[in-house]
Amino acid sequence: MKLETVLSFHPHSKPFWDASENGRLLLPLCADCDRFHWYPRPFCPHCYSFNIKWHEASGKGTVHTSSLMRRAKEPYIVAAVELEEGPIILSNIMSDDFSKAAIGARVTVGFECLNGTDRKMPVFFPDAT
Amino acid sequence: MTIKRKAFVVGAFEHPTRHCPDKSTAQLHAECAIGALADAGLSPKDVDGYFGARDIPGPNASWLVDYLGLNLTHIDCTDTGGCSYLIHISHAAQAIAAGKCKVALITLAGRPKSEGMATGTAPRDGEPDRPDVPWESPYRNTNATQYGMMAARHMHQYGTTPEQLAWVRVAASTHAQYNEHAMYRNVLTVEDILNSPVIADPLHRLDCCVISDGGGALVLTTESIARSLNKPMIPVLGCGETINTQKSGWPDFVTTGAVVSGPTAFAEAGVSIQDIKYASVYDNFTIMVIAQLEDLGFCAKGEGGRFVQDGNLISGTGSLPWNTDGGGLCNNHPQNRGGITKAIEAVRQLRGEAHPKVQVPNCDIALACGPGGVIGTGHGHATVILGRE
Repeated sequence: MKLETVLSFHPHSKPFWDASENGRLLLPLCADCDRFHWYPRPFCPHCYSFNIKWHEASGKGTVHTSSLMRRAKEPYIVAAVELEEGPIILSNIMSDDFSKAAIGARVTVGFECLNGTDRKMPVFFPDAT
Repeated sequence: MTIKRKAFVVGAFEHPTRHCPDKSTAQLHAECAIGALADAGLSPKDVDGYFGARDIPGPNASWLVDYLGLNLTHIDCTDTGGCSYLIHISHAAQAIAAGKCKVALITLAGRPKSEGMATGTAPRDGEPDRPDVPWESPYRNTNATQYGMMAARHMHQYGTTPEQLAWVRVAASTHAQYNEHAMYRNVLTVEDILNSPVIADPLHRLDCCVISDGGGALVLTTESIARSLNKPMIPVLGCGETINTQKSGWPDFVTTGAVVSGPTAFAEAGVSIQDIKYASVYDNFTIMVIAQLEDLGFCAKGEGGRFVQDGNLISGTGSLPWNTDGGGLCNNHPQNRGGITKAIEAVRQLRGEAHPKVQVPNCDIALACGPGGVIGTGHGHATVILGRE
């Protein structure tokens, strides 16, 4: 799905993609109850306030769970990454070594255009051990 | 108002086909509908309530209802993925109890095999207006990777092993050998499953369900009409349904919606785990059976792997006879939606019409449950408890 399509269907998401383009991961944070949520919504799904601001995440996280898809031309790793700020987000771990994406592995965000998208998506790289 | 004993399952039909490129989806619906009504001793002219989901051809149910020529006073197109048809049992019982209809027809049909669908391994974009899609679809998550992540997390938290997952498939294959319509009838060993290629770590190919064409249908009616038919009396005792969400960023990869739908159904039925003689538990992937059995209360959370091992789900030897038709893992998975076949096998067991090799003696209370959609994302779940009088 092209960025233009994403923005036409999800206009509230523009600041997120603008930041991704510049290498920054934004998380929606409720200015009233001070809680994060994921995926981004224009309201807080905890207290239902519409007072949402964008908070720049540290980009650090740990692998909550992961799976290596082997039935593909190039195997790839799908993972749920628990961010330092708390939310668990779906992403890819960019590594040829699945053992580096095991549960508990520490990872850091990066940004890449994936699989025909023209917008940069947050992905994660294993930290050097 | 409770729906306990307000509606009775009088017709059940599972389409024998597993691959039918020569028939339309609408024709399969019609064959299932007519088959289930004939089983009940009724005809489409008797139907006044229809229940169906997104497998209906066309944008809504009107075209299929028109195709079948039904005269309705009640319609319900609730869609929660594969468990929709279990929810339809609940909703049909509610409608019958409220007097909205007297003869309720539920159908499911589809042809993913004929249409060459790679159900488990092909990433899908999702509808562009779906609110999660911009942040998820580019990562090429699939059913197999999502359930792989579930299995990995379950193993991490509870020490569940690939061998224990394999035991689920062993039980399904042991039952499927007696089902002449099952896609896979070879009895498998734990080693067979572990030797099959890994699709999405840690899941092997044989941890995944089949892709099949086909369908099924159920007919429910009032007590008085049921007593006029020459069929065993199978009352709906209790039902539960829910959508289990991603908890706004704190998704739980090891817990299913059965934690809600199970207790709801048990409370309505007024029965306990010990009363369940047979269970149909939706088996899209082996790990999902283990997690649902835990969440229903057949064992403690985290004990599901140990519960299913050593043949404990095999009818005649294990403590919980399960999916005695071979389930989604070996029998069929029409339209990638396993809800209705789970209920159909439960009805066979309650009627004493299961294959003699897998029939549970004195089966008077049975459970059917399953998810719709994908664990760890927003997924539906439904549990139905049926009895026999």
